[in-house]
Amino acid sequence: MRSDMIFTLAAMAALLAAGLYGYLGDEPFFLTLAAKAAIFALAGAGLNIALGYGGLVSLGHAAFFGIGGYAAGILASHARNYEPLMSWPVELAGTTSAPLIWIVAMLAAGLFSLPMGLLSLRTGGVYFIMITLAFAQMLYYFAVSWPAYGGEDGLSFYVRNELGGLSTMDPWSWFLICYAILAVALVFIAVLTRSRFGLALTMARENPLRLGNIGVAPRRVLLTAFVISAIVTGLAGALYADLNRFVSPSMLSWHMSGEIMVFVILGGVGRLGGPVAGACVFILLEQVLGGFTEYWQFLLGVALIVIVLMGSGGLAGLFERTGVRKAAAHG
Amino acid sequence: MSAALFFEQLLNGLQFGVMLFLMAAGLTLVFGVMGLINLAHGSLYMVGAFACASVVAATGSFTLGLLASFVAAAFAGVIVEGLVLRRLYRRDHLDQVIVTFALILVFTEGTRWLFGSYPLYLDIPPALQGTVHLPGGIDYPLFRLMIILVGLLVAALLFLAVNRTRLGIRIRAGEADREMIAALGVDISRLYMIVFALGAALAGFAGALVGSVQSVQVGMGEPVLILGFVVIVIGGIGSIGGALVAAILVGITDTMGRVFLPMVFAGFTDPASANATGSALASMLIYILMALVLVFRPSGLFGEKA
Repeated sequence: MRSDMIFTLAAMAALLAAGLYGYLGDEPFFLTLAAKAAIFALAGAGLNIALGYGGLVSLGHAAFFGIGGYAAGILASHARNYEPLMSWPVELAGTTSAPLIWIVAMLAAGLFSLPMGLLSLRTGGVYFIMITLAFAQMLYYFAVSWPAYGGEDGLSFYVRNELGGLSTMDPWSWFLICYAILAVALVFIAVLTRSRFGLALTMARENPLRLGNIGVAPRRVLLTAFVISAIVTGLAGALYADLNRFVSPSMLSWHMSGEIMVFVILGGVGRLGGPVAGACVFILLEQVLGGFTEYWQFLLGVALIVIVLMGSGGLAGLFERTGVRKAAAHG
Repeated sequence: MSAALFFEQLLNGLQFGVMLFLMAAGLTLVFGVMGLINLAHGSLYMVGAFACASVVAATGSFTLGLLASFVAAAFAGVIVEGLVLRRLYRRDHLDQVIVTFALILVFTEGTRWLFGSYPLYLDIPPALQGTVHLPGGIDYPLFRLMIILVGLLVAALLFLAVNRTRLGIRIRAGEADREMIAALGVDISRLYMIVFALGAALAGFAGALVGSVQSVQVGMGEPVLILGFVVIVIGGIGSIGGALVAAILVGITDTMGRVFLPMVFAGFTDPASANATGSALASMLIYILMALVLVFRPSGLFGEKA
């Protein structure tokens, strides 16, 4: 556990250093990349609750990411066009207030995840993977074929949403907002996994029968974890929409689900700081390999295969192993 | 809505379903025997389509193209199984998912590298062009009719192979108890390779057939892969018969929904919003079907109780 903490702090420090470098060196593009890494880390941290702690291999988290994104996009575009969101039974207007948008995004992702989790958890193992994938795909096709919010072309909203007096369009303040939210989420997850619920969740993964025998329904614990996981990823989606000032069905596509999973696995499954390290490395790879060849995903694929076949635990696992070796050398 | 239109769409749905079966059969065999969830199955479908397109472009023979799709996909399957997937059978599903996801990236970008992003179009051989008159006054494209027949033929052969041959006995035994048949002297790694190559060849063949009706392009396998999963969930994992029934059910539901739901909505709303609502709902129809099956039979229509 201590090594997990050190690794998490190191990954967060590295991300902050990257942001500071962008700020001091006056490189707004770099800052935007750092903000993107923070948002991806948040999405990964969300998935990690279900995947890492609960052992639920969800290949449908793009659904929550996209729902968060669309919540932000739809609310903002209604507010900017002065069209009420709905006029019956009550008149509801859109909004450009970021905190309100975040709450709506989290609620929407949570509400969608509840029936999805209920249905997917009726079975387990490999079925769970296929079903979560299928439900996310359902939402993707819905977004593509529903013309009201841009359909396949997506929805742009030009200006980032507002948070108090902060200037959200300034890359440095935007990075800090994303970074702060990520930090709060990580603290929340750290507390959650150490709570009674977290222990029950670990047991639901390791030995559901035994958990049932001591009087806790494993399925309910897993469903709760799935919903919390969706809520965190939904929040990341809202931030991502704000980052680009654009949402499109690609946020819901299953490539997105795969990428969120890659952040978690690159960094370390079930490690608090795993998704942070994974997202940073992913962005780094994208930039370095992407500058090298247009077909950088080919190289990414090869790298992923090698990483998974070589060993488990991702970057966090590597960190632990070298840490243990050093301790052994000194002791 | 005329009866002719209805039957035409029914046939289209059947054709789609038969193609889905060719995909799902490989997925369910590989999962049943090796316990491997293979996301890269759609890439083998794409490999088959591109092999067919290249061979047709080079030789002008559609038959050779179809043969090439079979061989190329099986070959790609053997390479992937031998180099990568073999190491994953004992790993958990998470590792399998991420490695086969990575394989998709490799296949997709590799194909884009070789062939570019533009879709290729296959010409249907002249002998198979045109339409046939079916009873009831329906004119139906000959080629699509042929796809249905060939697909059903392949399905029948697969049933015979699995239920009536020595290889089939081994495959079924492998599903039941891997350790035991290895102990009985069956070369298990060769069996795995054969099963994987067979699944890959079926996917590649389907890719070539669908590619010649639609187009051959990078990423064409992924939507079909996900539908293949829906088919397996509905049919029940490991059941080839279940896969056939579910594939045809999904194919017909999807095709009929896309054509007739907008018409149904046009009955009570204005045309534009009827079209929007109808097509949006139609795109979700098979997933709703899947959800319903999950509510009533969590392990699929033909799956054994988990």
